Amino acid sequence: MNAYERLKTVRASDRKMGSDYVNAMFTDKVILCGDRRFGEDPAIMGGIGYLGDIPVTFIAMDKGSDLADRMRKHFGCPMPEGYRKALRLMKQAEKFHRPVVCIVDTLGAYPGAEGEERGQGQAIAENLFEMMGLKTPIITVVVGEGGSGGALALAVADRVYMLENAVYSVITPDGCASIIWKDSSRVEDATECLHITAEDMVKYSVAEDIIREDFENFDVMCAGMRDRILHDIGELLPLSPKKLLDGRYERFRKIGIYDDGETK
Amino acid sequence: MKIHVRLFSRPKVKAAEPFPDTDYELKCPKCKTAHTRSELYERNFVCPDCGAYFRIPARDRIRMLCDEGSFVETNAKLTSVDFLDFPGYSDKITKAKSSTGELCAVVTGTMRVEGHPCAVFALDSRFIMASMGSAVGEKITRLFELATRRGLPVLGVLCSGGARMQEGIVSLMQMAKCSGAARRHSDAGLLYIALLTDPTTGGMTASIAMQGDITLAEPKTLVGFAGRRVIEQTTGSALPGNFQTSEFLLDRGFVDMIVDRESLRSTVSLLLRQHTTGKEKEA
Ligand SMILES: [Zn+2]
Repeated sequence: MNAYERLKTVRASDRKMGSDYVNAMFTDKVILCGDRRFGEDPAIMGGIGYLGDIPVTFIAMDKGSDLADRMRKHFGCPMPEGYRKALRLMKQAEKFHRPVVCIVDTLGAYPGAEGEERGQGQAIAENLFEMMGLKTPIITVVVGEGGSGGALALAVADRVYMLENAVYSVITPDGCASIIWKDSSRVEDATECLHITAEDMVKYSVAEDIIREDFENFDVMCAGMRDRILHDIGELLPLSPKKLLDGRYERFRKIGIYDDGETK
Repeated sequence: MKIHVRLFSRPKVKAAEPFPDTDYELKCPKCKTAHTRSELYERNFVCPDCGAYFRIPARDRIRMLCDEGSFVETNAKLTSVDFLDFPGYSDKITKAKSSTGELCAVVTGTMRVEGHPCAVFALDSRFIMASMGSAVGEKITRLFELATRRGLPVLGVLCSGGARMQEGIVSLMQMAKCSGAARRHSDAGLLYIALLTDPTTGGMTASIAMQGDITLAEPKTLVGFAGRRVIEQTTGSALPGNFQTSEFLLDRGFVDMIVDRESLRSTVSLLLRQHTTGKEKEA
């Protein structure tokens, strides 16, 4: 599949959603709600569950099942409360030295007046800042769309995985097309220009690896994901906070392509 | 009508390296009258005709804030690369370079403000809307790292159209990279003052613009995450005129204070004085 076909695939309404992955990977779950500041955003579900036999905090974006559920969840576009709830649960995980697993699938943060009034940008900025200092392992899987800052707010992690057809982009290809060509119908061209596929993410060191999709055997696929994450947790959990955070910092520190003017 | 602007004593720097005295015309964002850069520099880039604030070129901003002769630029040669072969990007970089005389949308370095040493970065909206790509991200990251090593506070003068889409996902990652550097600087017990100027939007708002210990904003500055048009298209409702202005953010608790250009230098100086550690290393 080319990048545009993948984009259409992950946007399809019958694609598995955040809650499906949580349900398939975690057992004995407790769902936790609210940001303790303003409200509860159902676009991000969070809680504690067992991954294998260890308790893990999960934070998953969810696009919603039927139309009413989707409307309620803004089709998986979080409000500031969603990001603040995510941060609250991450801090809680840090306190109990419990790993955090984030499932990303969003077009981006919800572009509404209320979200702006309540500091959408500030909420994302705070997550980036706090996740860079969070003294417990964070593992993120992009299962559908990784939409710009709204996705990054759950992806400042020690390991990032991409599902085979998942995409990750600085801007929606739709938005990009309307900016460059003033023509939102040129989404396909924009999709190519932006380099948003799982292979691109590995190439640019944004993701560690690609997870093969097998929706015919969803439970088997999720069991594989679970084992992969458990393996990572086994490596990350024993690290000293300094080692863990140095590793996370270096992971992002090395990303960037520029000319420093000194080599010539 | 003439608006009188009190001129405070500002260093008159000769055509020294960091501040070339090239002159050109700038158009008032409000009344559209053209004025020369040198004339505007003497008036804090406040329009003599209508009082509106011009957007200030990064180098002039630093020059207005620093003590004479104290600014030492860092990573002056660092510049962008069109590594995705993105439509029109190489052209955009070339044009931005020739029209601004800059190699990058951010100028970084160290300086003193009324004797107080600090590290500074200033974005330049004339350079591809000061969008954040690898070069901007790397220079800001290096500046925070330098400030952390030397125990210096950081003053950031923000403005940006957001992440630089022409660098794809790599530009999005700059938000995380800069946040990490700002976090380490903060963990070292050092001060970061963010000054929001017109316009501060998108990925910049969702990262280092909102990570200061103290957040200042210029009057009537656009500060937001999602674009106004996108919000109106998505929600189908009209937005109030003051939406996403610095005053709107002050009311809702997202900035500490709105500072006019006359009192900016003294405000920054006072904040730096209050946070002096005595361990600042200037070189
Ligand atoms: Zn004017």
